[in-house]
Amino acid sequence: MTRVAVVRFPGSNCDFDTLRAVERSGAEGYFVWHREVSLQNADIVILPGGFSYGDYLRSGAIARFSPVMQAVKQHAAAGGPVLGICNGFQILCEAHLLPGALMRNAALTFVSKPVDVTVERIDTVFTADYEPGARLRMPVAHGEGRFVAPPDTLRMLEDEGRVVLRYVPATERSPYQPNPNGSAHHIAGISNAEGTVVGIMPHPERAADRALGLTGGAAFFTSLIHWHQEHSHVGVSSG
Amino acid sequence: MTYRVHVRVMPRSGLLDPQGQAVEHALTALGFEEAGSVRIGRAIELDVAAGSRDEAEARARQMCDKLLANPVTEDYLLNIEED
Repeated sequence: MTRVAVVRFPGSNCDFDTLRAVERSGAEGYFVWHREVSLQNADIVILPGGFSYGDYLRSGAIARFSPVMQAVKQHAAAGGPVLGICNGFQILCEAHLLPGALMRNAALTFVSKPVDVTVERIDTVFTADYEPGARLRMPVAHGEGRFVAPPDTLRMLEDEGRVVLRYVPATERSPYQPNPNGSAHHIAGISNAEGTVVGIMPHPERAADRALGLTGGAAFFTSLIHWHQEHSHVGVSSG
Repeated sequence: MTYRVHVRVMPRSGLLDPQGQAVEHALTALGFEEAGSVRIGRAIELDVAAGSRDEAEARARQMCDKLLANPVTEDYLLNIEED
């Protein structure tokens, strides 16, 4: 069975939703407290959303130094999949597991609403079950989600096809909910070169259950199980 | 020797600073039309025990590079005083 560690930091608040989405997809999910040094033989790690350490200094800046992050880095370096959702994405950037940074939303307001994104990369652990170019509606809930990176980094992300999710650009009379935060290139999520480490601002765990009204995020969680079924003979090690 | 280190972290010029923009609009609304190019950063003060001023500065730079400032989005300035 696919073992999925959901890491909890002080201030995580999407931990239970994420665990539930993992379990609904058929994987074995469990919490790992940020003080732990072991991921308990996780196949896959998810850093959930929230406000770790109250967003002190910068979102994700302090969580990056939690003891568990050493194990997360080792897991990622060994090719183990890591998904960062919202605050988890911010932590992955602060930990240099993904490039760029997430800054205060351009309109200054905290944005909490469904947005429409396009799945741009499907050869990642977490998006393999999507059709290329699929358009999904998922909620965002963040004050600091404006993706920024130096021009050469943005070019590299585009050239290497590492933009995983992209907001729909704001155009007049569009029926879609567009880029909510002013992200460069309308980026909503990126990956490492291998497609094993993925960070996204929208919340797939809040769009993975018919009872919640949206189901477009569910394939993030089924994708990871299918990846594990195909790769379980390789035996990705984890701390 | 203890040194008092003042760190000034500012958003990198060229990057949109929505806080600065909002405050600039507010200043204009208050009648301070001469105000412009408002940017908002943060100030951090700390004591650093070190054998010399250079050593205190070198350590403070490491602190900034590793934690206090984000090298992707922010620049910092140091001011070091003997306590």
